[in-house]
Amino acid sequence: MIGFQHRVMIGLGLAGIVAPFAIYPIFLMKALCFALFAAAFNLLIGYVGLLSFGHAMFLGMAGYSAGHAAKVWGLPPELAILFGTAVAAALGLVVGAIAIRRQGIYFAMTTLALAQMIYFFCLQVPFTGGEDGIQSIPRGRLFGVLNLADMMTLYYVVLAIVASGFLLIYRTIHSPFGQVLKAIRENEPRAISLGYRVDQYKLLAFVLSAALAGLAGATKAIVFQLASLTDVTWQMSGEVVLMTLLGGLGTVFGPIVGAFIVITLETYLAHMGSWVLVIQGVIFVICVLTFRRGVVGELARLIKRPL
Amino acid sequence: MKLKTAFALLALVGMTGVAHAQLSGGVLKIGVLNDQSGLYADVTGQGSVIAARMAVEDFKAESKGIKVEIVFADHQNKPDVGSALVRQWIDRDGVDVIADVPTSSVALAVNEIVKEKNKVFLVSGAASAALTGNACTPNTVHWTYDNWALANGTAKAIVAAGGDSWYFLTADYAFGHDLEAQVAAVVKAANGRVVGAVRHPLSTPDFSSFLLQAQASKAKVIGLANAGGDTINSIKQAGEFGISKGGQKLAGLLIFITDVHALGLPTAQGLQFTESFYWDRNDASRDFAKRLAPQVKGNHPTMIHAGVYASVLHLLKAVEATKTDDGAKVVAKMKEMPTDDPLFGKGVIREDGRKIHDMFLFEAKAPAESKGPWDYYKLVRTIPAAEAFRPLNEGGCSLVKKG
Repeated sequence: MIGFQHRVMIGLGLAGIVAPFAIYPIFLMKALCFALFAAAFNLLIGYVGLLSFGHAMFLGMAGYSAGHAAKVWGLPPELAILFGTAVAAALGLVVGAIAIRRQGIYFAMTTLALAQMIYFFCLQVPFTGGEDGIQSIPRGRLFGVLNLADMMTLYYVVLAIVASGFLLIYRTIHSPFGQVLKAIRENEPRAISLGYRVDQYKLLAFVLSAALAGLAGATKAIVFQLASLTDVTWQMSGEVVLMTLLGGLGTVFGPIVGAFIVITLETYLAHMGSWVLVIQGVIFVICVLTFRRGVVGELARLIKRPL
Repeated sequence: MKLKTAFALLALVGMTGVAHAQLSGGVLKIGVLNDQSGLYADVTGQGSVIAARMAVEDFKAESKGIKVEIVFADHQNKPDVGSALVRQWIDRDGVDVIADVPTSSVALAVNEIVKEKNKVFLVSGAASAALTGNACTPNTVHWTYDNWALANGTAKAIVAAGGDSWYFLTADYAFGHDLEAQVAAVVKAANGRVVGAVRHPLSTPDFSSFLLQAQASKAKVIGLANAGGDTINSIKQAGEFGISKGGQKLAGLLIFITDVHALGLPTAQGLQFTESFYWDRNDASRDFAKRLAPQVKGNHPTMIHAGVYASVLHLLKAVEATKTDDGAKVVAKMKEMPTDDPLFGKGVIREDGRKIHDMFLFEAKAPAESKGPWDYYKLVRTIPAAEAFRPLNEGGCSLVKKG
């Protein structure tokens, strides 16, 4: 017997496989990268209750690292992406170790402050190319065989990467480890009194979230052949909050839906310039006022099944 | 039966012969990509789109058998937004030419995509000299200006006019450092002195301590190695400290007429800077301004608008001559044909893609000298084309033959 969530997942996977025949693949790849980014962020806020306001630093730093590795060191794409992910994980370890000592708004502010430091670091150091970013990152050949310059090949590679990242998150949520995380979210003192080393759990979740955000950033850098300051700005950290809230906080599929909505708005309303921000703001307000559980959260309530 | 096929074939061949140009999709699509809403919206924005349309009208493209369509989009000054838009334009919408593209990071990203897809890239808005240096491609023409020309024009002329000691107000990141180094090199080469420099953080609201240091340095010229809002803010606050009234000159490096308009002459007066176009320079430029200004809320054209107009005009000539929209072939033709347009006069495009023309050092007028709205500049010096741009062999462009 396959569970309901599994069936939804299989459906989404199939949709992902046929989508590029109907929709422009580059757009899909961008949305997929952000879906993974939002899902990684959701792991932290939705299941541990930690609001990180600096997740862009993992996305951006991984992008820069992967770009540098592929362009300057000439690493093949799979190693470049892994390197970017590893850098994000290491950064996550340092930032997490500092930030998890505080809760609530203080946690958010600590992550924001550290993210701003990373932003200015990226602006200043020579290897990121300052405001020019790292340009023309080679896509290369995956495992020396698959030519990523071909758009369809690239699309399926990105789909595979995002799907495995997503499955990892799904497994984590439904593991005993994930249950402990939820216990911490619900009542931290009680989790401590039950004998769990809460800080270690939080740190591990933080590193995992950072690494997956990094995976998204590194993949994005290979797709767009570009790593730029946009991905480390605090606006990007805000955007991922918007995606997650809009899709549904603490739902499995919410971040994916949220990311697709936000990226679609940004892409198809691009000609309206900064009105996009206004529209996003209005949507955000409507979402908070009328359907707080987000699109997927409300849907799950309607059909009375967890999504 | 066979005869019929032969006739049909002949007719087909005949038809393709009649069609004037072999354009993909039967139409030459020009995509104007720039900032439609942010800090460069006045400098580029809709003005560039209208300038491109004017070039198509003036060329009478339709009557010459070239169907032209112009589209535009807002890249929000973000390289990832810009590169996604350009990929989509080229892959899905059949765009053949990308024009304008301010913000160097976006332009450099677009530069690579256009080369990969063999289209044409006409740069007017971006400043980075790398576009015709180590990032040069056989598909790119850089028209209006670049960093090197601005630093060179402004610094050389000011030193020659007696401003031989400099103090820099530098934005503390790569762009600012580069600009400072470039200008300092020009100043030293012209036997000027650099007294010192102070670094300010990016987008700082308060320049007072930096300006006081600059004032105390007693340097004759304060060079502003920053951009956008930082330049505007530093000029405004310099006005409050009475820096130009105290005898020190401000040298801005990236200033457009719309900036001077926003600042107002009482604040901007005495500011010197280099540009390649001013609307009130001759009849042709005045005519251009008269046609364009009413369509953009009265804003008079910047050199970037002029550059979009002239580059699209030259592109159309090359498309007419080559009868193709193959990117590399069209650009090769553009380089081969001497340029001649009403706004920039006669010129050439070098093999590295750099368009060569005169540059001008302007000074913002004092309020008393100005006869009316938009009468802002007086010409200080014409920088002849031969010395206005970086010498061909110094750019490191791979298209330039060594030796």
